[in-house]
Amino acid sequence: MFASKRSKLVVILISCILGFMIATQLKSVANIKAAALPYQRVEDLTEQLKRMEKERTDILLELEKLRMKTSDEVYAKELRRLNMYAGMLPMRGPGVSVTIDDSKVQSKPGDNPNLYLIHDDDLLKVINELKAAGAEALSINGQRIIATSEIRCAGPTVSVNNVRSAPPYVIKAIGDPQTMDASLKMRGGVAETLKFWGIQVQAAIEKDIVIPGYNGAFTFDYAKPAEEGKEK
Amino acid sequence: MIFPLLGLLAGLALGWILPVNVPVEYSKYMSVALMAGLDSVFGGMRSAFEKKYDNTVFITGFFTNSLLAVGISYIGEKLSIDLYFVAVLAFGLRIFQNLALCRRYLLKK
Repeated sequence: MFASKRSKLVVILISCILGFMIATQLKSVANIKAAALPYQRVEDLTEQLKRMEKERTDILLELEKLRMKTSDEVYAKELRRLNMYAGMLPMRGPGVSVTIDDSKVQSKPGDNPNLYLIHDDDLLKVINELKAAGAEALSINGQRIIATSEIRCAGPTVSVNNVRSAPPYVIKAIGDPQTMDASLKMRGGVAETLKFWGIQVQAAIEKDIVIPGYNGAFTFDYAKPAEEGKEK
Repeated sequence: MIFPLLGLLAGLALGWILPVNVPVEYSKYMSVALMAGLDSVFGGMRSAFEKKYDNTVFITGFFTNSLLAVGISYIGEKLSIDLYFVAVLAFGLRIFQNLALCRRYLLKK
C-alpha cells in the first residue's frame, strides 16, 4: 500500500503521535468532566455567598439604623431625667404653699426692729424644714431652688437665684403635703418661732402646685469634671 | 493497512499510560490540533487509495496543519474571535470529505 519502507515508518510514527494525542485529549476531557460538576457547584456557592453577604450588609445597616434610633430615644429620656434632677423642668404635683410676711406688730421702742422682719435665715429654716420633710421641688416667689441657689438678704429684699423679691414670700413645695405641713407646724417648730415675732406664716395644703424650672444659666468657671477612676 | 492501526494503538497506550496531562485551558488547542492531525491522516489515507501518496506532503501536512490550527485558535482567543470553531469546522468538513472519498475508492475496488 505504501511505496517504501520509510513511508511505512512515517505512517506508523504519525499514527502513533495521533494516538498519543487522542489519548491525552481523552484523559483531559475526562478530567474536565470530572471537574465540571464541582465548577458548577463553585459557581452556585459563589452566587449564594454573594447573596448572603449582601443580605448581611443590609441587615447590619438596618441594625445600625435601629440602634441609632433607640439610642436617640434613650438619650432623650436620659436628658429629660437629668433635667428633672437639675431642676430645669417645671414640675407639678400635690404639696404645700407657705406664705410668709413681715410682722404687722409694731416694734416696741427699744426693740430691735430687725427681729420683726423676715430674714434669709428664716426662709432657710423653712426651706430646710421642707427639705427634711421630703420636698421634691421648691420655689421661692417663683424662683426654683436648685443646688446652687442662694437665699440671701439683699437690703429689705431677699435674693434667690440672683433675683430679688420683696415680702410676702411664697414658698411652694411639692411632696407629701401632710408631712410637710406637719413639719412646719410642729410644736417648737419654725412656724411657732416666727410667730413669736409676729411674722405671719401661713401654710396651705394644695392639691396641684406648679413649680417652674430654673431658667438661668449654669456656669462652671472653676469646677471641671474629674475623670472617673483617675486619682490625682 | 495494519501498520497505521498498530501505530495508533501503540500511541493510545502510550498516551494513556504516560502521566501526560493537558491543562484545561490548553485542552481547546489540543482538540484543534487533534482535528488537524485526523484530517491529515485521513487525507493521507485517501491519497494512498488514489496512489498519489507522498511522504513529504504527508509529514509536512500533519505538522503544519496542526500547528496552524493551534495558531489560528490562539490568535482568535487573543482577538476574542472564535477562530477555534472555524478550524474545527474546516477540518471536520475535510475529514468527512476524505472519508467519503476513501469509501468510494473502497467501493470501486
